[in-house]
Amino acid sequence: MSAAVRVNRLSCSYPRAPVLWDLSFEMAGAEFFIVIGPNGSGKTTLVKALAGLLPVSGGDIFIQDRPLRQINRKELARRVAYVAQTSADDSPFTVREMVLMGRSPYLGVLGVEGKTDIDIARQAIAFTGLNHLSGRRIGSLSGGERQRAHIARAICQQPDLILLDEPTAALDLAHQIRIMNLMKRLKRENGTTVVMVSHDINLAAMYADRLLLLVNGRVAACGPPAQVINEKTLAGAYGCRLLVDRSPAGPWPRVSLIPEGGGLMTED
Amino acid sequence: MTKTPSSLPVNIALVSLVLALLLVAAIVLGLAMGSSGGSITAVWATLFQDGTGDAMQGAIIWRIRFPRVLLAALVGAALSLGGLVFQALLKNPLAEPYILGVSGGAAIGAIIGIILGLSRIPGVGVTAFLGSLATLLLIIIISSGRAILVKDALLLSGVMINAFCSAVIMFLLSITQDSSLHNIIFWLMGDLSASQIHHVGMLAAVLLPCFIVIFIHSNRMNLVLLGSDMAASMGVNVRLVTLVLLVTTSLMISVTVSQCGLIGFVGLVIPHLLRLVIGPDHRPAG
Repeated sequence: MSAAVRVNRLSCSYPRAPVLWDLSFEMAGAEFFIVIGPNGSGKTTLVKALAGLLPVSGGDIFIQDRPLRQINRKELARRVAYVAQTSADDSPFTVREMVLMGRSPYLGVLGVEGKTDIDIARQAIAFTGLNHLSGRRIGSLSGGERQRAHIARAICQQPDLILLDEPTAALDLAHQIRIMNLMKRLKRENGTTVVMVSHDINLAAMYADRLLLLVNGRVAACGPPAQVINEKTLAGAYGCRLLVDRSPAGPWPRVSLIPEGGGLMTED
Repeated sequence: MTKTPSSLPVNIALVSLVLALLLVAAIVLGLAMGSSGGSITAVWATLFQDGTGDAMQGAIIWRIRFPRVLLAALVGAALSLGGLVFQALLKNPLAEPYILGVSGGAAIGAIIGIILGLSRIPGVGVTAFLGSLATLLLIIIISSGRAILVKDALLLSGVMINAFCSAVIMFLLSITQDSSLHNIIFWLMGDLSASQIHHVGMLAAVLLPCFIVIFIHSNRMNLVLLGSDMAASMGVNVRLVTLVLLVTTSLMISVTVSQCGLIGFVGLVIPHLLRLVIGPDHRPAG
């Protein structure tokens, strides 16, 4: 099977911002791929580059074996959807209107939607559990609801690859798990490749098929959570003391931070 | 906007119909009022039973009021659309061509045109367009220290340029000879009275294509309103759209300004009024 996404020796540089160096990895079909790493390590730059929003200074990104730079913007929008880190919160549109905009890569210049488009939007709204809010303005929603509305808009694009930049940041526990479950379902039911940037390593360990640890714009580790999440790698990447054990909730690793002056376990 | 979403074409048609009716009503009202008096029935008589009405009345209505009213309608449409475009692109409710200095630049160009003794419509129109393009370019250069079109920087430099334009206009006024001074001042105050029907025709010939370009871009403006990255990830070439819209709007504003001076308020308020009534979607508004 051909790779859904292949990144080959990718480098990105732009003034006064993190830079990516010589990144190579690939994803085959339905996969939940989570990018972790310290602040400023280039995670956002990576997803923006994958979304075709940033110029690439070296190497190549292939979407289904076609170089990204050869795919025109509109076609790319039918294959790759992007949910930004902070989304415009004063948006004057209603949930329904905004979700429907996800159809615009399939429509003509005026974006006149047909019946199928409206059906797809309705399904996306139902999928994200926003039926009861579809007439509300985006600006009047809570953070978690707004994030789901943006996810519904991205789903409406019917992409093969969906990119999310810290979708669970600043959300409460229930909303965090809800969004992770949504993405897992999307992968399973639609075969979508999900690439997510996250700061929550424990959440990432629970859901990711594979993790990519970025440090200073380079790949520090890439593989299944059990392989990437270990004390040595993480302590080296984040420069803080931590403990990794097996989660009591299931077969995935758990990271615990150790406060200054030691915790219960005081050996170094 | 409504509980059951009606389809977009129906929506556009409905909004257009209502607004068109309002426009016709406003035009008739405009024709009926003037310093020589008149009534709606007189207008009716002149419009629909030609010959039977008072000849003098007919001349006043057709030769003087009709071009003026048509001009006012066109100018209003152009300024409101200009405001709409700028508010969408800059995501700022205060943005409009007047505040951004684009009108000011057009005014400088137009005044230079008048001083040079050019005719109102091709001549002054061209100098006004050059003036507004120059200010637009200046605004973009000033505000693009880091990235092109950082919203607040654009607005701030626009306000600066606008102040500067006012100063230049004052300077130009102060060096102007008496003969054209009166002309310029009258024009600056926002003058619709000097219009003749072929001027209105020429103005329409420039404005209507601009309206169409903007209408075609209305859905992209919706997407841009979500944020440039969002719009780009949904297949919009944000830079190209922004550039096309800014230049089109400048052209529209500068021919309008060259024809009837600096009128600002309309461009700021009408888009907000319309949004209150029909919601934020740009497509029916176009």
